[in-house]
Amino acid sequence: MQTNLTINGTPQRLELDPRTTLLDALRHHLGLTGSKKGCDHGQCGACTVMVNGRRINACLTLACMHDGDEVTTIEGIGQPDNLSPLQQAFVSEDGFQCGYCTPGQICSATAMLEEVRNGWPSHVTDDLDGGADLTTEEISERMSGNLCRCSAYPNIVEAIRKAAGENA
Amino acid sequence: MTEHFKMETPATERRLDDMAQGLVGAPLDRPEGPLKVTGTATYANEWQIEGMAHGVMVRAPGNSGRVILANRDDVAKLPGVLAVIQDDRLLRNPAQGTANEAPVQSPHHAAYLGQLIAVVVAETFEQARHAAQSLQVTLENAQMVQVDPATAAVEPQDGQALDQGDLDAAMRDAPHSVDLVYTTPSHSSAPMEPHASIASWQGGDLTLRGSYQMLKYNRNELADSLGIHPDRVRIISPYVGGGFGSKLGLAPEAVAAAIAAQELGRPVSVALQRPQVFEATMRRSETRQRVRLAADAEGRLTGLGHDARVSNLPGESFAEPVLQASHFLYAGANRRMSLELARLHRMCAGSVRAPGEAVGVTVLENAMDELAHEIGIDPVALRLRNIPEKDPESGKDYSSRRFREALESGAEAFGWADRPGVKERREGEWLIGYGMASAARVNVLMESQARVTLLPDGTARVETDMTDIGTGTYAILGQIAGDMLGLPRDRVEVVLGDTTLPPAAGSGGSWGASSSGTSVYLACEAIRRQLAQRLEVDEHDLTLKDGRATYANQVKSLSDILQGDEIAKLGHVKPGDTSTDVRQATFGAYFAEVAVHAASGETRIRRMHGSFAAGRILNAKTARSQCLGGMTFGIGIALTEELAFDPRDGHVANHNLAEYHIPVNADVPQLTVELLEERDDWANPMQAKGIGELGICGAAAAITNAIHNATGVRVRDYPATLDKVIAGM
Ligand code: FES
Ligand code: FES
Repeated sequence: MQTNLTINGTPQRLELDPRTTLLDALRHHLGLTGSKKGCDHGQCGACTVMVNGRRINACLTLACMHDGDEVTTIEGIGQPDNLSPLQQAFVSEDGFQCGYCTPGQICSATAMLEEVRNGWPSHVTDDLDGGADLTTEEISERMSGNLCRCSAYPNIVEAIRKAAGENA
Repeated sequence: MTEHFKMETPATERRLDDMAQGLVGAPLDRPEGPLKVTGTATYANEWQIEGMAHGVMVRAPGNSGRVILANRDDVAKLPGVLAVIQDDRLLRNPAQGTANEAPVQSPHHAAYLGQLIAVVVAETFEQARHAAQSLQVTLENAQMVQVDPATAAVEPQDGQALDQGDLDAAMRDAPHSVDLVYTTPSHSSAPMEPHASIASWQGGDLTLRGSYQMLKYNRNELADSLGIHPDRVRIISPYVGGGFGSKLGLAPEAVAAAIAAQELGRPVSVALQRPQVFEATMRRSETRQRVRLAADAEGRLTGLGHDARVSNLPGESFAEPVLQASHFLYAGANRRMSLELARLHRMCAGSVRAPGEAVGVTVLENAMDELAHEIGIDPVALRLRNIPEKDPESGKDYSSRRFREALESGAEAFGWADRPGVKERREGEWLIGYGMASAARVNVLMESQARVTLLPDGTARVETDMTDIGTGTYAILGQIAGDMLGLPRDRVEVVLGDTTLPPAAGSGGSWGASSSGTSVYLACEAIRRQLAQRLEVDEHDLTLKDGRATYANQVKSLSDILQGDEIAKLGHVKPGDTSTDVRQATFGAYFAEVAVHAASGETRIRRMHGSFAAGRILNAKTARSQCLGGMTFGIGIALTEELAFDPRDGHVANHNLAEYHIPVNADVPQLTVELLEERDDWANPMQAKGIGELGICGAAAAITNAIHNATGVRVRDYPATLDKVIAGM
């Protein structure tokens, strides 16, 4: 089945088995293994990518459902010699240990900061219309779809806070 | 060329204190960080190999009987399917850590529900997954087998038993005593990267790209499983997406991939699916623990009893060593301990982060809290009063032990003095409580080797088959070599995770950093000696910094000294008498503040602090992260983690991350960690001890003790879920 995707700005024409998830299309067919498979069930967030700017679990959607969509993966956010501010903050705050959940955390956080900028409330936001401050509680709540068994959570929160502060 | 060293006497020289480069201990970033945050670090199932086929494993639907693949021929004909393999060599369960040989291999007989009994290989992952799901597995002559640890036949573990003095009399005569039974459920390591292997053969030589913690053992386990010589096996594992014990021993997917690749004559990748990780790797055994404590009027322990029951599959010798720290943490002349192993048909039990202490110290620390309450003294004071002068069983000295300092400093940092009385503090609908617990974990040195090469351009390369499973190995080995050779961190390259490199201790038992670090230290010391020889000075008069040697009022760059040569040395450390002459352990203390909802019984952790002493800290940043991870495992043990076994057939009912609840970001407050300055001369020439597991050893008790302080409820059946808390309120 033919699917056209734009991945990190590059158009890709893929001929795929319709059962192929977006995650497996990236990992098995495009060699983009930065997006991780932690559960393949939409339960861990390791596969988080951005589709048309919004974060989703790539394991929980079929590639063929995204014909014409723009997909941003971790590879599109920064490279080892050209880190995004968030990636740099993850390194300096030790926001990871084994690193397996990390691309998902960073994709998720990148999109999450945009959600905050757009005034989206979360479960812990007091004022549903007034926007939210990036408190520890807000960051933790909004990042709870990304599991980290190494438990770098406190450092992930610090990294996000630091990167957001620098951008502001 | 090889620097052999056996740790027979204390290493009192403390050379790392004097190295001019000043890297060891510094909170440096991980050198592999830029790769990990950009998704360019290559994990096991990410190598792009030409012609690779995909395998998916299939499980037994029951816990006994002969395995029949009912529609095997039909499945073999499905589109893309290359093979349906049920080879005799497939593993029943993973090897135990450091087993060094194949575990039980029996794909034709089910021993537990979820056992992986076949692998289906196809051109694409989608085809293999569909074919594996289509395979109908039946069990012939299935029988009723034991799946309940409470009624299973038990085997006493005599090596763990102790009967010293008269505990019964001590309990009878003590003005204060507690006699309590606690239970903890099975836990899953649940590393974020599922177990995965890619096997490829070149003639009779196998290369396995896997996700493993202890490569030198894994290589022998794989060779033994396949019936080939270890020389023919190479395992590559540069990045490991978490292990926590579950990747210590060779797991079923590795052997399946190797067999399939050989049979098909092309590379095959096999990744376990998440439910398979839950069902067919390792669990921490559930435990039933009875703790007896007897104390005099001032709270000095006169007796300590700890009896535990754990379980495992038939044929597995591993018994969760629950009593490990109970032997040495506290005083008490009259002591009795026992451990029994129940045999049953649940998935294999093995090492999960800090086997033994993770649940053993937790329960002991709950009992200590109950005793403090019974006597009416402060829980910290009770601990301080019972720090033994010598090991209470062997009479040996301790090596370094800043246990008292951890308790006192942790209490200060946390603000323990403000602890409310039981059920005393309420904020709206929330009941607030403080709790604390001690931390303790045995310290171990293991044989380990590393090669260090000082190159003509004044850079260095460290090579060993050691792994970095998130522990910080890449960082610390570079720091040790940089300090010893006087090189900035970016002039040392660290190469890990390949069995063609010198065999290391592996990542497990908290011994990785100190053991592999010592091998690097030794190799560097030998290089220093050779440099000194070239300069005709005593090695101790040589100061190395920023690629230059300073000696006898002269300065010379390393490249000038080397004159185009390279110096390569192999460091090789073995444990010696210091492992048994003294009691070596790491210590610490946890403090937690919880809020328990008055109506629902929900517990939220507001603050949590840990103070730890583990010898010399090699990298303050990565060591702290290890402690954060351990404490968070403790949060999971306290509140949410439980493998639920179906009482009828013993299968894991919650075999996924939506139903097995590891802590998420919102469950974990901004934990604080204090690392106490310490040197342990008995441990190794670096005076460093293990830190990877200390943070979990008792952590859960600080939380459950805080729940009691908030609510007056003692939950003795872990985890302290809402239903159990509310039932007592
Ligand atoms: S791999 Fe997609 S959510 Fe876990
Ligand atoms: S860094 Fe290992 S799972 Fe998050």
